[in-house]
Amino acid sequence: MFDFSVVTTWIDEGLRRIMPEAGAIAVECVIIGVLLLAVYAVFALVLILAERKVCAAFQCRLGPNRVGPWGLIQTVADMLKIITKEIISIRHVDRFLHNLAPFLVIIASLLAFACIPFAKGLQILDFNVGILFMIAASSIGIVGILLAGWSSNNKFSLIGAMRSGAQMISYELSIGLSILTMVVLAGTMQISRLVEAQGDLWFIFKGHIPACIAFIVYLIAGTAETNRGPFDLPEAESELTAGYHTEYSGMHFGFYYVAEFVNMFIVAAIATTVFLGGWMPLHIPGLDGFNRIMDYIPSLFWFLGKSALMVFVIMWFKWTFPRLRIDQLIHLEWKYLLPLNLVNLIAMVVIVALGWHF
Amino acid sequence: MNSFIRYFSDFFIALKSLLAGMKTTLKVFFRKKTTELYPEKRGSLHIAAQFRGRLEMIHTDDNRHHCVACGICQMNCPNGTIRVESRTVTNAEGKPEKVLEAYHYDLGRCLFCELCVRTCPHQAIRFTNKYENAVFTREKLLLTLNRPGSSLLPKTKTPQGPDGMNTNPAKPE
Repeated sequence: MFDFSVVTTWIDEGLRRIMPEAGAIAVECVIIGVLLLAVYAVFALVLILAERKVCAAFQCRLGPNRVGPWGLIQTVADMLKIITKEIISIRHVDRFLHNLAPFLVIIASLLAFACIPFAKGLQILDFNVGILFMIAASSIGIVGILLAGWSSNNKFSLIGAMRSGAQMISYELSIGLSILTMVVLAGTMQISRLVEAQGDLWFIFKGHIPACIAFIVYLIAGTAETNRGPFDLPEAESELTAGYHTEYSGMHFGFYYVAEFVNMFIVAAIATTVFLGGWMPLHIPGLDGFNRIMDYIPSLFWFLGKSALMVFVIMWFKWTFPRLRIDQLIHLEWKYLLPLNLVNLIAMVVIVALGWHF
Repeated sequence: MNSFIRYFSDFFIALKSLLAGMKTTLKVFFRKKTTELYPEKRGSLHIAAQFRGRLEMIHTDDNRHHCVACGICQMNCPNGTIRVESRTVTNAEGKPEKVLEAYHYDLGRCLFCELCVRTCPHQAIRFTNKYENAVFTREKLLLTLNRPGSSLLPKTKTPQGPDGMNTNPAKPE
């Protein structure tokens, strides 16, 4: 299977040959930063289009199909529109915090995005507590949302932000515990080693029952974490107009919008990495011929395909279930998911200790 | 103990209903889409038969209509859309009789309420489902529904409901 680290080492060596080490690192940082931002933006565009198409299909419609073939460049047109829109300055807001908030949200999302192992050797941040860092970084976004609600000087925004805070703090527990369940199985927190540990069999099969429960809990909590339906209380239109981003306009609003969609992808990517083997092809122990055929599919496609499936499932949730009330939301987490998760964690520890996993 | 059992039964009932919902939406996801592509599939669009596109006077093949120029449609029209122009002639029996000159219909002011069709005692008019009504000037919306040279078809009995309305307003084929 093609290893992308061949390309990166080649670039690294070439740069070191023509300039001192500090210069080479600086140039690499800039290249990676630009690439990361570009990929981030492209992912957001693709995801918004996918969301609109999937939503349309769930409602027996066709979705956007006028701009470009099958509406493919619809979101590009939307992006051009939102970039040219005026950012309206509001008189009684805390101006500094109001303008800072969308950047916090997008930076948090970018930090988590940088940890994703897209393919073999194609990963930017990789260190021994990678998965912990990823969860921690993606949670910084809530600070941006709270700031947005607080600085907007608007009660809808504030209520939306507070709801979002309550939701995030609650569901962060479920995410952490379900990931921890899998870390118990893997014995490592480093993302690259997590993926490599799934070389013979994906964790969801390796850990059988507890892994499946952790997977479902993770998907529910992850959907809640991204503020998407059925957990989109912070921006419940009927009660809160647009929630925390009521007062935002132009590209500042666009940042929230983009961050929401890429966060959905990040949740799907973590689910893929931790449960479904990341970029690792489907390997079944004992079937060597089958495993070798699977190796011919590039690792990037494996990763993107599995992530796309997870994204579809999250969208499927959104367009199936009605929105929860805030008390139901908190009930679901503290009364059902959390006990289930704790029991599941103990079950996983027992299984790993006794060697009952595959 | 009871609440303990309910906690678990609630959990599984909820899980089952959520899965049922997801099954339903997945079925809808793969169903044929109902969107009609307008300019692309112009000839093969499905327009409901009862869709009220525009008013039309029914003419037979030999250019005859059923309108006796009674003006009931004109009186019933809430918008003054219809204007029946008629002249009085003496018929073969020596009695005065109204004859239709021109049936003016202003599509631009029509409500599509169908009161004219429902009150017509001779089922002379009907709504068709032709929907492409857009034109560039308002003058083009002023239509004359009777064709040039058409004349009244000799009277035939039409079935009437107890309230004097047509039980079955003429529908386009």
